[in-house]
Amino acid sequence: MPHRVKSSHRSVGSREPTAIPLGKGRRERADAVVAGDGIVALAAALALRTALGEQARILVLGKPAPIAHEIDPRAYAIAGSARRLLEGLGVWPVLEADAQPMEHIFVTDSRLDDVVRPAFLSFLGDTHEPESGNTFAHMIEAKALRNALLGALNLARIETVPLRVHALIHESDDDRIVLRAESGEVIASALLVAADGARSTCRELAGISWIGWDYPQLGLTTTIAHEREHGARAYEHFLPGGPFAILPLKGRRSSIVWAEGKREAKRLLALDDREAFIEITRRFGHELGALRLEGRLIGYPLSFGIARAFTARRLALVGDAAHVIHPVAGQGLNLGLQDVAALADAVSEAAHLGLDPGNPFTLSAYQRARRFDTTAMAALTDGLVRLFSNDHLPLRALRDFGLSLVDRAPPVKRLLANRAAGRVRA
Amino acid sequence: MRAPSIDDAEVERFERLAATWWNQQGPMRALHAMNPARLAWIRREASRHFGLDPSERRIFAEHSVLDIGCGGGLLCEPLARLGAKVTGIDPASENIEVAKAHGERAGLAIDYRCSTVEEIAARGERFAVVLAMEVVEHVADVPAFLTSCERVLEPGGLLLMSTLNRTLRSFALAILGAEYLLRWLPRGTHDWEKFLTPGELASQLRRARLVPRNPEGLLFDPLRWEWRLSHDTAVNYVVSARKRGTQNAAAENGRAEGAEKT
Repeated sequence: MPHRVKSSHRSVGSREPTAIPLGKGRRERADAVVAGDGIVALAAALALRTALGEQARILVLGKPAPIAHEIDPRAYAIAGSARRLLEGLGVWPVLEADAQPMEHIFVTDSRLDDVVRPAFLSFLGDTHEPESGNTFAHMIEAKALRNALLGALNLARIETVPLRVHALIHESDDDRIVLRAESGEVIASALLVAADGARSTCRELAGISWIGWDYPQLGLTTTIAHEREHGARAYEHFLPGGPFAILPLKGRRSSIVWAEGKREAKRLLALDDREAFIEITRRFGHELGALRLEGRLIGYPLSFGIARAFTARRLALVGDAAHVIHPVAGQGLNLGLQDVAALADAVSEAAHLGLDPGNPFTLSAYQRARRFDTTAMAALTDGLVRLFSNDHLPLRALRDFGLSLVDRAPPVKRLLANRAAGRVRA
Repeated sequence: MRAPSIDDAEVERFERLAATWWNQQGPMRALHAMNPARLAWIRREASRHFGLDPSERRIFAEHSVLDIGCGGGLLCEPLARLGAKVTGIDPASENIEVAKAHGERAGLAIDYRCSTVEEIAARGERFAVVLAMEVVEHVADVPAFLTSCERVLEPGGLLLMSTLNRTLRSFALAILGAEYLLRWLPRGTHDWEKFLTPGELASQLRRARLVPRNPEGLLFDPLRWEWRLSHDTAVNYVVSARKRGTQNAAAENGRAEGAEKT
């Protein structure tokens, strides 16, 4: 019987083995280990519990803890496919009170000093599902999403171990992957799910290469309280520096997310609250009445990257460990949650066949399900960014023409809207 | 615990053999690749035959299963995980050693024996499900083998078999393709003349007083690198057969015994 890891203080492995002898030494055993403690990691652990059943031992390597809004003011647009996963995991009922439906999205293209912004693309009603009215996505703040997942994690009896993976070892019979922590603990698991972010240690240890680059911009985000109701509307303005999105939150609040050239972004991040407020107001516009800054402005690097493979022996990459895309279409987390859903489907099938969750057929089914979809989305968002992050006049004319063309062609627009709602399957 | 006197070379040889069976990219990768499709079929046939809930993850409820020619336990382990009470037999003692060691490490209680179906039949043991997967093509006396299979089945029990058809395509694919081109199987594993067509196997099964169902094809898709069930039985096929009589008879006996004890 496996003994339990309760804390990092208990030593599991005794010596420092280069290869662990079969049947010797004390080590922890698990059916699945999730490396990482972000939203995708927590969702992956819960989805594996559903797929593998109550008997399975599932470990999360990380320190999943609640995060205060002041530290992480981010909010996510949860598309239909991601919502269905959260429903399946039983966390949606908890989240629903904090989830703001988005019913309309206006996409405009303007310079900062344009008085009236032309609304080229309005996705009004184009994406509605019969059961959810006009809602094509829900806005949820990081804090609420994280807390709901943490609550479910406890109920699902998923153990969390505050360890970091230091080495991955394969044994001759290929039944499990052996993880060694920096502090010497050893865990053998049938499957390792790497949800440890864009700079995934597991990905590197598994020798999976990464193709990617940084955008010459930073992402900026904060929360704004406003006088008037937002009416469940989202706006995406394509400004010269990059896209600027206003996304409705519960109450008279909105999350704003935009990209700015690095120099300008650093200038904005260095401003005091009053000065930052003025800059934000200038971009936000006056449609929603008087504004108030709620929380601070934070910045993060924007990059693009995709793993050469999404799987290795007994290892699956999910979320940012597999792909990082520009947040222009708000699809990063949705892609990550779709990875989780696809992996859980493949693992559930394995469990119904009595096969272990990390067998090569299950992993290749996962890779087949995800790689094309992700590559398509990554290319699409990268293309959008390159098209819009430019103040070059002919290009502007071209994209204005292009957007109005899209607007007059309902099928094309519906495709884009469906893509945004995560409803298109490759 | 290993005593230090045990020869390291011996341990190494054993571990190499274990890896031969259990490395999913190793010499047995053809069998590993077949496993998902074979298990899906076993699951479906058993749930139809015994009226089990197909949505249940652990579909078997202590059903006794005999796996003839279990090798390193590639089918025994999944079936044990699905709730079956599994006995695996193989004439090669090395295979049984590998299977035992691997099953223990996986924490599965499987009864592995170095034995043959004839010996099991002679001891009068009976099972709800008998598997003869990729076995009949290696058997010298097919009628005698099938008679023994029938004898080790409980009344109303289920025999599940997979084998290779004797067609030109199977000759080309199984012999040249799998053995020589893909190097999937050790050379000389198969002897094409010994292959039975589905019709021949069905009549042999009937002669052994079993009731066969329609055979189904097991097809390899080289693009997806996976096996799936199909109507095409030209190369690999599976067939199930039931033993006459009802399980109720056995179940009622069991209940009567239980009643006597109380």
